Amino acid sequence: MKTFFLFISISVMIVTQPSLVLAEEIPSQLKALHVLNRLGFGPAPGDIDRVNAMGVENYIHQQLYPDTIAEPSSLTGELNKLGTYSLDTSELFEEYGPPPKVDGQKPDRALIRAQSKKARIILHEAVQARLMQAIESPKQLQELMVDFWYNHFNVYGQKELDRLWVGDYEREAIRPYVLGHFRDLLEATAKHPAMLFYLDNWQNVNPNNVMKRHGKKSRGLNENYARELMELHTLGVNGGYTQDDVIALARILTGWGFRHKAGSDGNYKFYFNEKLHDPSDKVFLGQTIHGSGEQEVEEALDILAKSPATAKHISFQLAQFFVADDPDPALVDWLSQEFESTDGDIRAVLQTLFESPQFWDVKNYGHKFKTPYQYVISAVRATGQAVTNYRPLFEMLRELGMPTDECQTPDGYKNTQEAWLNSDGMLRRINFATALAFGRIKINEEQLPVKYDDLAAVFDDQFSPSTMQAIQKAPAHLRAVLVLGSPEMMRK
Amino acid sequence: MDMNRRQFLKYVASMFVISLWPLGLTGWAGGLDGDILSTQPQLKRKKLIVLFQRGAVDGLSVVVPYGDGRYYDARPTIAIPSGGNPDSVLDLNGYFGLHPALESILPLWKNKTLGFVHACGSPDPTRSHFDAQNFMECGTPGNPSTPDGWMNRLLAVLPGAHSPTQAVSLGPIMPRIFQGKMNVANVALGKNAAHAMPIDRPMVESAFDELYKGDDPLAQAYLQGQKARKQLLSDLQQHMAMADNGAPSPDGFVDSAHRLAQLMREDPNIQLVFLDLGGWDTHVNQGSVKGQLANHLKSLGDGLGALVQGLGDIYPDTVILVMSEFGRTVHENGDGGTDHGHGNAMWVMGGSTQGGQIQGHWPGLDTSALYESRDLDVTTDFRAVIGAVLQQHMQLNDDQLSVVFPTIPQAQAPLKII
Repeated sequence: MKTFFLFISISVMIVTQPSLVLAEEIPSQLKALHVLNRLGFGPAPGDIDRVNAMGVENYIHQQLYPDTIAEPSSLTGELNKLGTYSLDTSELFEEYGPPPKVDGQKPDRALIRAQSKKARIILHEAVQARLMQAIESPKQLQELMVDFWYNHFNVYGQKELDRLWVGDYEREAIRPYVLGHFRDLLEATAKHPAMLFYLDNWQNVNPNNVMKRHGKKSRGLNENYARELMELHTLGVNGGYTQDDVIALARILTGWGFRHKAGSDGNYKFYFNEKLHDPSDKVFLGQTIHGSGEQEVEEALDILAKSPATAKHISFQLAQFFVADDPDPALVDWLSQEFESTDGDIRAVLQTLFESPQFWDVKNYGHKFKTPYQYVISAVRATGQAVTNYRPLFEMLRELGMPTDECQTPDGYKNTQEAWLNSDGMLRRINFATALAFGRIKINEEQLPVKYDDLAAVFDDQFSPSTMQAIQKAPAHLRAVLVLGSPEMMRK
Repeated sequence: MDMNRRQFLKYVASMFVISLWPLGLTGWAGGLDGDILSTQPQLKRKKLIVLFQRGAVDGLSVVVPYGDGRYYDARPTIAIPSGGNPDSVLDLNGYFGLHPALESILPLWKNKTLGFVHACGSPDPTRSHFDAQNFMECGTPGNPSTPDGWMNRLLAVLPGAHSPTQAVSLGPIMPRIFQGKMNVANVALGKNAAHAMPIDRPMVESAFDELYKGDDPLAQAYLQGQKARKQLLSDLQQHMAMADNGAPSPDGFVDSAHRLAQLMREDPNIQLVFLDLGGWDTHVNQGSVKGQLANHLKSLGDGLGALVQGLGDIYPDTVILVMSEFGRTVHENGDGGTDHGHGNAMWVMGGSTQGGQIQGHWPGLDTSALYESRDLDVTTDFRAVIGAVLQQHMQLNDDQLSVVFPTIPQAQAPLKII
């Protein structure tokens, strides 16, 4: 009887703590493909040989320190040609914003429309810059993390003024911090006009300070950003905060916005307006924050960034993004500890993740369903073709329901199979794969068909027996089509 | 600050440019298999078509309060005149009249299968197209983060097994209103609707059939997709062959409406349909009896007329709702247009509906009755109208309804849909 119970308790342990079971490691000949798929957007021609030559561990280390990787001058040159991608929020507003209002004159609507039309190039160039770097940059992990953090701190690029600022937001608030400290990333997004506009904090003001205007409802607290800052950006939905905390944080954030008074310095840049701030003391997550203006927000961001709930929330998301849709809780705990002990050092957390048995567990190999963004970029990378026209890729991503920078809801695009695997998406991917392999997608002038042998070499012939069988049965001109539309390509 | 805010709002308005008729690339999605007509046939037959006018249509030009002099005072150049001639409103009830461009649906008002709920809309004060559309599509005004759209939640609570073509979205991308856990088929009804895609080539198809012949989730998704596509494609091709005998309409929406009606007749599994039309954001030169808005309304009215005619004997089982994110200012602006407002008119059509009447509480155009002293007020929440349709037409019970809309503010006057 005693042995029976012992047996039960052991088996329960094994079921609930899978990490205790010795995971079977990915065979060494697949490791290069695995890291190219998981630390980036999949292999381009020659990548597998390069990784094998330098060693998988060295490759991971190098990816964690993108500053040590040289950017090809061709890429930098192309990026420099995107005129709006180097302008700041103020310049963008000056150049592409609405024409200044002249007192006593009615606004010139034709001019407003013309400006609005002219402004379309901003989002276009921002998305082009994103795709270009994801496809061409050897700093693949950095580009993947731009995608991860952009969705974490999502801004909808079609929401009015965010049409002007979304490229600057990615370049200035996300990109520099993707492997840095979480607290810096939090600060940068919290201060960017794109975020302040998207989640309405520029309209969040102390209700007692605002004069009621005739016929208008008085403005006041706007809780939108305060809520998402906790629910999505830091603590997570079950992170232990209450509606009172949302209100307290909204009050702390009153006056935290951007300057939008014509002619003043630093226009359309972050600006804390003391006059619109609620100066009273607040109790936030059980701590008293004394009325001190701008400093209150810094205190609140410190509290949020240091919270164990935040460590857990971010760790779960990273484990889900890099390992499996339903990640091993033991891995999440391990990453949380690293997050807390390093004060949210994202690079350190990722290093831990890439060393974890779960990351190398053979049952997680080739099991993560790619998002449309990852699928389209990986397919183009695999062909090795130069992209000079990005429009077909924008359109494909729109068709697949994932237009870049245009996720409307603040939670950003998901990266799970549940979110993206559906019959409509499968057929669209297959149509795209077929057209791409035949050279029917106008990504460049040449539009060359893709050769099967070249493509097979990119993947080092690592296809499953059933895929191999389908390829061998197919007529020669369809073999490249099948590779680009294969389960191995849909997953990573 | 205030000056800049106003400037912002105007700018915001001007920046939201919406493309015209949503005709685009084709693609299909399906859900679980099953013959939905096999159980509860009466309920399964009930159909709902939602047409969204993106850009905020001027409801005061659609259902015109011609009996109120203040309407004419507020709109010296764009009001629709009264007077019983071809260039005036089409009288509805002695106080309200229909825009003359909507002449082709006047018979539906007369046979009492078309009605309106006036001063209807969302209680949220936003005048941003983006926010207001988002609220109307997710069905939770004030909470933009609701992950799914109310039509997807509706699909989920409809009883019985789900068929791959039970819910159909017309247009190139899946709209917010249909996003969610349930599979929704997607089909474009433009001229290229039945054009071949790469996967339709027999050799490509058989190569992929071989690749995805297993029973893993990817293969299942592939097979479902092929099944739904073949069904809709064959429906469309049959119709195209017939349509070629007559002169095709030059108008995009009328053409699409014809095809939609045909598709719904060919495929009895289709139960929920969503489509949207743009071009309603008339800040400049809105026009009156003729002009920009009149042209769009004519196209819409002709299309709806064609849809009703095409639906034929399934029209009594169908309700068509036409809605828009908010209304427009009562006063015309300095450019012969109108700006973003609040309350609007919602259209309710259907062969079994209690049409021929204007429901809801009409607050009037007196300045004191206007929302923020400038816009028609909202006296009936849009969820109350849709909720009444879902209960009275789709036969949803209270529990099912609360999944679709977690809260529904009660209408001031009870709404009789069926």
